[in-house]
Amino acid sequence: MKQQINTYRAGPDEQGHFGIFGGRFVAETLMPLILEVEKAWDAARDDPTFAQELEYYFKHYVGRPSPLYFANRLTEHFGGAKVYFKRDELNHTGAHKINNCVGQILLARRMGKTRIIAETGAGQHGVATATVCALFDLPCTIYMGSKDIARQAPNVFRMKLLGAEVKPVTSGSNSLKDAMNEALRDWVANVEDTFYIIGTVAGPHPYPAMVRDFQSVIGRETREQMMEAEGRLPDSLVACIGGGSNAMGLFHPFLDEADIKIIGVEAAGLGVDTDKHAASLTGGRPGVLHGNRTYLLQDDDGQILEAHSISAGLDYPGIGPEHSWLYETGRVEYVSATDKEALEAFQLCSRMEGIIPALEPSHALAHVSKIAGGLPKDHILCMNMCGRGDKDIFTVAEALGVKI
Amino acid sequence: MSAADSGRFSRRFAALKAAGRGGLITFITAGDPDYESSKQIVFGLPEAGADVIELGMPFSDPMADGPSVQAASLRALAAGMKLARVLEMVREFRARDDDTPIVLMGYYNPIYSYGVDRFLAEARESGVDGLIVVDLPPEEDQELCLPALKAGLNFIRLATPTTDDQRLPTVLSNTSGFVYYVSVMGITGTKSATEGAVKAAVERLRRHTDLPIGVGFGIKTPENVRAVASVANAAVVGSAIIDRIAGGLDGNGRPKPDLAAGVLGYVRELAAGVRGSGGK
Ligand SMILES: Cc1ncc(COP(=O)(O)O)c(C=O)c1O
Repeated sequence: MKQQINTYRAGPDEQGHFGIFGGRFVAETLMPLILEVEKAWDAARDDPTFAQELEYYFKHYVGRPSPLYFANRLTEHFGGAKVYFKRDELNHTGAHKINNCVGQILLARRMGKTRIIAETGAGQHGVATATVCALFDLPCTIYMGSKDIARQAPNVFRMKLLGAEVKPVTSGSNSLKDAMNEALRDWVANVEDTFYIIGTVAGPHPYPAMVRDFQSVIGRETREQMMEAEGRLPDSLVACIGGGSNAMGLFHPFLDEADIKIIGVEAAGLGVDTDKHAASLTGGRPGVLHGNRTYLLQDDDGQILEAHSISAGLDYPGIGPEHSWLYETGRVEYVSATDKEALEAFQLCSRMEGIIPALEPSHALAHVSKIAGGLPKDHILCMNMCGRGDKDIFTVAEALGVKI
Repeated sequence: MSAADSGRFSRRFAALKAAGRGGLITFITAGDPDYESSKQIVFGLPEAGADVIELGMPFSDPMADGPSVQAASLRALAAGMKLARVLEMVREFRARDDDTPIVLMGYYNPIYSYGVDRFLAEARESGVDGLIVVDLPPEEDQELCLPALKAGLNFIRLATPTTDDQRLPTVLSNTSGFVYYVSVMGITGTKSATEGAVKAAVERLRRHTDLPIGVGFGIKTPENVRAVASVANAAVVGSAIIDRIAGGLDGNGRPKPDLAAGVLGYVRELAAGVRGSGGK
């Protein structure tokens, strides 16, 4: 089903569409503000001062560039492709989420907004948002599903230490999609002073494109670092997908390199043939939620289904619209890894590389472990290690039956 | 070519004008708490004094709604409500009442999933007069608004306090039936606007349109209804009625025997408000 397209990097169009996906499906109260965000983002994108500011905080606050690391022992263990990790887990706050938060809060300041809201699943985006709010002295309210509050306790406490108000969400399925609903409800009521920092490449236009652009620093650095390390670009890229921001960040600068194989890994939970998974592309169909058209897990009547994943950050019944488009055009391959496979990869990586990965990139690594052995030894594979696993140790201990 | 609309809105608003009063628009979610109880309420609404009936199409993720409407949606879904059954309820209603306009209100995904053309054809055939779809701003008109107008259904748009004079013409351009003014920034069932603010907003809208204006969000009492209906063409009450439905359930969430009577009694009180409204 692969189509011939001159460039995969031109989207979205003016209405925010990637093919049929994306768009601006929001209530009228929000629409003027969405248009204002778009205008501000268009201006900021072309403004060298904005770029300089972003660059400053990336370097001195986030700690960019993040290293590109050759995972020697895992490479030997798998016995095939050379496996590299792009180490965004070393960023300040421990995941790629901070890249986007720095970008959006700088934009919010330009727009004169004085209050920040965000949704969070794993808590990584919440922590990153609370962090930049502390940095710029802006009040911050984070919506988090009550189910996620229970399984990501360390991040809840971190957000509070950083001065954020964490509001538990008990509507719907009590997880990430409901937190996003609640953040949208807050926003509708507070459009005048509030900026909503969406944590992934989803939501109404311009968010999917804007978040992707902030995260694309990952892929740009990877290009340069790989040239330095290997004298050439990688042969394949692998990243996990919740909403898909770390994946878009790594993939986007490489989309037009037709020879590079690009793979996104969704969360298969207990298995994509069960009703307990979060693989929207594999198990869903196009629909409209949270401001955009994209693949969604839904029932026959268009009611959104609860997702399931051991990883709170992947536990979302949708996916960013650009991924839906890349899926339908065939440019990116989308696969999935189960809870069990992710747990195994989590432990393997900890023991063999001394890196405790977050459960989210453990899904990406689980897929790498399936394919690396069958690839030639001169094949260069780069995986986005987009988060560290400190936040997940309680979940993992419980899954392994260990009391801590 | 567009099909002619049902004409029920223009006839109803003309009748209200002739009667010299504002109208009462009631909102409940179809199938809340179950199909039969909900149908009983809907059947009783015209006699209780509802001039226009808004029926919610339940959705799992009603992100512009407050706790009351969210809960109503979830109750209806839990009782097995489906979009096709919402249309069935309208069909049953139309068999007994050919005059009261019916607006379906909800979110786009269930309609998109059902198939836009199929939905529009069946809605028109069942006797639906208009649609309000919260997450379809004018920027997405080609999705449903334009096809709906073509199919002979009115598409009622929401104007809000954030819709400024520059944007209003865009919002009003493909609006028909009436204009729904959301009087506060926020979700349903929470804040209320002051009388003065509503009056100023209605005057602003009247400078841009000749369509009837319904005002909703935060209208809870017969007094609110009277005040709003005296400056606008109609007042919309939703969460406050839904709260009466919630209050008519027993500890297991099952309807008490007098559920419909209680809800309709409350609608009668609200309707007494518009009967004294003077109106436009
Ligand atoms: C470490 C980590 N990776 C991945 C994700 C999933 O988000 P995305 O797919 O947008 O990268 C999250 C979300 O919380 C996360 O914390």
